[in-house]
Amino acid sequence: MTEPRTATEPRGTKQVHLAAHFPGVNNTTVWSDPRSGSHIEFDSFTHFAQTAERGLFDFLFLAEGLRLREQHGEIYDLDVVGRPDTFTVLAALAAVTEHLGLAGTINSTFNEPLEVARQFASLDHLSDGRAAWNVVTSWDAFTGQNFRRGGYLPADQRYRRARQFLETAIELWDSWSDDDIVADRESGRFLRRDDAGAFAHRDDQFDISGHFPVPRSPQGRPVIFQAGDSEEGREFAAARADAIFSRHARRDEGRAFYADVKGRLAAHGRTPSDLLILPAATFVLGDTDAEAADLAHDVRLAQVSGQTAIKFLEQLWNRDLSDHDPDGPLPTIDPIPGENTVAQGRASVRIHRDPRDVAAEWRQLADARNLTTRELIIEVTGRQSFVGSAQTVAREINDLVQADASDGFILVPHITPGGLDRFVDEVVPVLQELGVYRTGYPGHTLRENLGLGAPRTANSPVGIG
Amino acid sequence: MTTPRPPYLAVAVTGAGWHPLAWREPDARPAELLSAKYWTEVVGVADRARIDLVTIADTFRRRPPTTDDIDRPISELAAGRLDSVLVASRVAPTTAHVGLLPTVIATHTEPFHSAKAIATLDYVGRARAGVTVDVAAGAVEARLFGRRTLPTDVHRRDDELFAEATEYAEVLRRLWDSWEDDAEIRDVETGRFVDRDKLHYIDFEGRFFSVRGPSITPRPPQGRPVVAAATTSAAASVAFAGASADIAFVGAHDRVAAARAVDAVRAAQSTAGRDGDTVHVFADLLVHLDDRESAAADRRARLDLGLGTPYTGGTPVFAGTVAGLADLIAELTDPAVGVTGIRLRTATIPHDLLQITTRLVPELERRKLFRVSDTTSTLRDRLGLGTAANRYTRTSATTGGARQ
Ligand SMILES: Cc1cc2nc3c(=O)[nH]c(=O)nc-3n(C[C@H](O)[C@H](O)[C@H](O)COP(=O)(O)O)c2cc1C
Repeated sequence: MTEPRTATEPRGTKQVHLAAHFPGVNNTTVWSDPRSGSHIEFDSFTHFAQTAERGLFDFLFLAEGLRLREQHGEIYDLDVVGRPDTFTVLAALAAVTEHLGLAGTINSTFNEPLEVARQFASLDHLSDGRAAWNVVTSWDAFTGQNFRRGGYLPADQRYRRARQFLETAIELWDSWSDDDIVADRESGRFLRRDDAGAFAHRDDQFDISGHFPVPRSPQGRPVIFQAGDSEEGREFAAARADAIFSRHARRDEGRAFYADVKGRLAAHGRTPSDLLILPAATFVLGDTDAEAADLAHDVRLAQVSGQTAIKFLEQLWNRDLSDHDPDGPLPTIDPIPGENTVAQGRASVRIHRDPRDVAAEWRQLADARNLTTRELIIEVTGRQSFVGSAQTVAREINDLVQADASDGFILVPHITPGGLDRFVDEVVPVLQELGVYRTGYPGHTLRENLGLGAPRTANSPVGIG
Repeated sequence: MTTPRPPYLAVAVTGAGWHPLAWREPDARPAELLSAKYWTEVVGVADRARIDLVTIADTFRRRPPTTDDIDRPISELAAGRLDSVLVASRVAPTTAHVGLLPTVIATHTEPFHSAKAIATLDYVGRARAGVTVDVAAGAVEARLFGRRTLPTDVHRRDDELFAEATEYAEVLRRLWDSWEDDAEIRDVETGRFVDRDKLHYIDFEGRFFSVRGPSITPRPPQGRPVVAAATTSAAASVAFAGASADIAFVGAHDRVAAARAVDAVRAAQSTAGRDGDTVHVFADLLVHLDDRESAAADRRARLDLGLGTPYTGGTPVFAGTVAGLADLIAELTDPAVGVTGIRLRTATIPHDLLQITTRLVPELERRKLFRVSDTTSTLRDRLGLGTAANRYTRTSATTGGARQ
């Protein structure tokens, strides 16, 4: 292990943060590659996590989905299907890593605050201060069918519940002080005070009281991530999150998103450095830029098969297109507007615009560039962020960070578990040479490594907006 | 089973030990009870001694289970605890043999979440996972979750709690079965990652839950991780164990009580239509161990004196030497009685745990009352539970569930 030391930071140069997203249930994960291993076996997680730690990454990130996806009422079988339990995997990874942060996506709709707060506090203890929670707000009744209460929340209440859920969790974490455990054998006093952990919370979502069972954890509370993109999501993040997991990895949209969200912080009594913006980013590396471009094309073909292209099309068209030829032009019939009923269980399938407008745009693009359906889908769903040699990729990453398009990236490789290896071996050293990346972990906890201050406690002057 | 196998040996751990003043013992490490280091050491000791399984107690309260009736200020008792499923997950990669049974509380949690957590523990622990399904009877827990009232009549309340636990265990098993073992096909030719005909909606509709499924986690290595249940004086708890458990923990201080407890579990098993299933009955003992009987009695007396009341935790207490404990184990596990395992609750950690691992285990081995299990086997195999047939598989002999 390298001795922890703070990388010398030239004045005015932002340091790049990197994190790793374990590839899984998504068409970006290429399972058909012979190098693709298990998405469930713990060895895969160990390899991935240890590689990320070797690369001095801030954290490993796990997404969540609580129901298998369906299309046309059938389980969607073209992507990786299945994932392990988040808390279990992260707690186990704490045993095989030392510094790496452990970030889990956990839904605020299908859980209760006491349980989630207890799990994250436990994870923080068991990892010596490396836990992070990505609070997501998926709400659909489709997923609700797996849980006690069934039907669940109307969409417009999900952030209300999420906000109150997080507020409640914070109250629970703050119900113990750092020094509540005395454990003095001589005097026989274990707790400094009888009411350690006492809380009472009442709002229109939760009416709970008692004592929180887990004493204050090394980070005080886990690092909080937010991943929603809507107005409400951005406000939620500006008020309470320590980091945002965004979709905006490209320069212009990244800069706009960055400016927008960082600009919201002052209204909540916070400063821009209180919130990190970390977009999801993919990458393809080659020995040369040209080779990488070729590889990237192959990856896209593997990610979007003809069948996958049709499934994408159906999600927008909202109708059965199984007879459509992916290697021919786009369908001439129009999408069916309204609620998307074809595909279920996709957190990200939310079409804000009239699908007929989108279809018209796609037709225009396909006509102009003479694209088949599959080529068009490859084009419009492409989010390949960094393609090139290690030098090129490192430079681009750094450029985006220095241009305030982000504070770093959450990398999503397309292969499990080895998809990060080359990045760590080749790109990280270049970033280090550029003086924008650490050469050792600067702190002990995730919060310290992210450069975030100690959490404000309940007594701090700043409340939620 | 023709020649009876030596009894299984389980250890139940919690905090600094079960005695509420265990934390004040000279060798206790009360400031470390929440650290990974503490738990890897405790479970690691049991693992290296080839104990069959460790149960990790849990509750949503600040204190260990069965100490809440102690009439002392909580500030004098070890308070504050971690989620046992996370503890088991944290120690799984650092141990190799011991079965890991954390606790889930059926009363206020989601079987969907627990099913995937225990399935994942089975992956992480390489086929060593199980779970103790418990209930939370108190208004204290109900308030932690809010907006939930339980019947005030104790019998009605127990009936309801254990009926819920029975449904919960059923949902766990159906979710574990909801993927056939070979559902992942990675058929590059057709582009299909899974064969969706091998994934099954469980469509469970009960009094307390309705759960659609399938699980998001593939069927775990053991198929169905081991389910354990602790019985109490409540008849409903025995009914639950008979209906749902692979292992029932019973309190029994002698062979007569043990035989009675076994009969009760068998009757409940029969009522639930599970006559053909293996259900182990493990006798629970709280143990204070020392070199001489008098020393052990003194240990116990000293701890109880500090507490101001004798502590049992609702379990028969043994205070004595490892030889004396081996005698009692021989009596309780006499093949005629029907008890097939012993679970020892360590009064204090590390003292009583080390007495068990360094002295009791060799003593039991000498008497052929302990056998180091085949270390490559799954926990299910070790317990002789056989391969868990998947109810949804078309070719399976059991046709319990409907194919979707
Ligand atoms: C980059 C990113 C990753 C996300 N990951 C998940 C996830 O793993 N699980 C999930 O249920 N929702 C996930 N979401 C969905 C969000 O939690 C949220 O429900 C969704 O973005 C809709 O909220 P919005 O209207 O604020 O965008 C993700 C969103 C983004 C932007």
